[in-house]
Amino acid sequence: MKRLFTFLSIVTAILLVYGLYQALVAAPTERTMGDVQRIFYYHVPSAWTAFCLFFTNLIASIVYLATKRMKADALAVASAEVGVVFCTIVLVTGPIWARPVWGIWWTWDVRLTTTLVLWLIYVSYLVLRRFSDTAQTPILAAVLAVFGALDVPIVYFSIWFFRTQHPQPVMGRGGSLDPRMLHAFLINLLAFSCFGALVCWSRYRLELLHREVEEAHAMASLSDAEPAKATLPLNRSPR
Amino acid sequence: MNSLWAVTLATLKKDIRLEWRSKDALNSMLFFSLLVVVIFSFSFDPTAEESRQIAGGLVWVAFLFAAVVALNQTWARELRNQVLDAYRVSPAPANALFLAKALGNFIFVIVLEAVMTPLFIVFYNLRALGPAWQLIPVGILGTWALVVNGTFFAALSLRTRSREIMLPLLLFPISIPAIQGMVEATRIILSGDGSARFWIVLLLTYDVVFTTACLGLFETVLQAE
Repeated sequence: MKRLFTFLSIVTAILLVYGLYQALVAAPTERTMGDVQRIFYYHVPSAWTAFCLFFTNLIASIVYLATKRMKADALAVASAEVGVVFCTIVLVTGPIWARPVWGIWWTWDVRLTTTLVLWLIYVSYLVLRRFSDTAQTPILAAVLAVFGALDVPIVYFSIWFFRTQHPQPVMGRGGSLDPRMLHAFLINLLAFSCFGALVCWSRYRLELLHREVEEAHAMASLSDAEPAKATLPLNRSPR
Repeated sequence: MNSLWAVTLATLKKDIRLEWRSKDALNSMLFFSLLVVVIFSFSFDPTAEESRQIAGGLVWVAFLFAAVVALNQTWARELRNQVLDAYRVSPAPANALFLAKALGNFIFVIVLEAVMTPLFIVFYNLRALGPAWQLIPVGILGTWALVVNGTFFAALSLRTRSREIMLPLLLFPISIPAIQGMVEATRIILSGDGSARFWIVLLLTYDVVFTTACLGLFETVLQAE
């Protein structure tokens, strides 16, 4: 498992560097939009990674509700946190691109709004996890994840009723995309997927370690006459 | 099935009787939304045509904020004297408790709306140009959409720190499509351009989906230990 982690890190690093070269140098400049179009090589892969991570969170939450396995909950925490980070990248790079091309920073279009609502739901998920520190937190958070997943299609259809402004996907319509652009895009898609998986994996391992430490502390304070030290390691503030 | 309704009715009657005697939730909701009406009226000072465009948003934002006041008090009463723990060990179905609480909140918010709507009409010179009767299904479906999820999330945030703040943080993101449905439907009916049918169907879908989800998951939340 550890060897696989190292292998994935190396592959991700190579892919990210190669992807950066492809996106900034090798891919041709778009005719009408100019260089600002290159943000697309980061915007779309980040969106894809964020949606994959949110989907992972939903599956992990359902598995947790069904089996109550601690590892499923640790995966749910990790994927939600990393997903919010990637979703933030999407929401920041989008307006940077939209301002010169559309002339506006933001519009209430179907994909933008759905992504924003998804981001809001997952931020509220993280807030719930922060504010609730009892043993029921995993169950409550998993229930909220299920509610969020039910909400997203409804949001999509309610906004879809208005006319949509986001550029339609150009992939698969054939001929409209330069093969070098497609190459750069696919490399970056792969690089970001690996990167997302890598970060999520290390966060997952950190969460497992953290729980082990917490458990050890609890056991120590039960067995010793002297109470265990109140300081907690890693990134948590003392409660 | 029989016991479900019996317990639901008993709990609902108890809640309504308690509310009738204290009038805590209703009074605070009424005064709160009155304040919102007056403050919005000062800050926008709209003409009749403008107010048709914005009144849908104002009305529903006022009701949403007021509903949160009632929703926060839903479970607080049951925490005192460990009533909720007693409920957990009793054989009564968990969904009966949830239905009773949701119906109770629904009745309170509907009463609030019935009292506040005339005030809105007076302050904003409203007259519907579309079919005004459609406001009734929009009101009922929209209120249920807010209340069913609100009751559920109030139960969810019971054991968190500073739960009064947690409820809106959890409820508002999930409620975005419902709020959009209510506001758009109200705007269309008041200004009379187009048909509100899509938004009413959307609200109905939202209600069905989330009522099912709440009933399916409430026992998990109540029994979470």
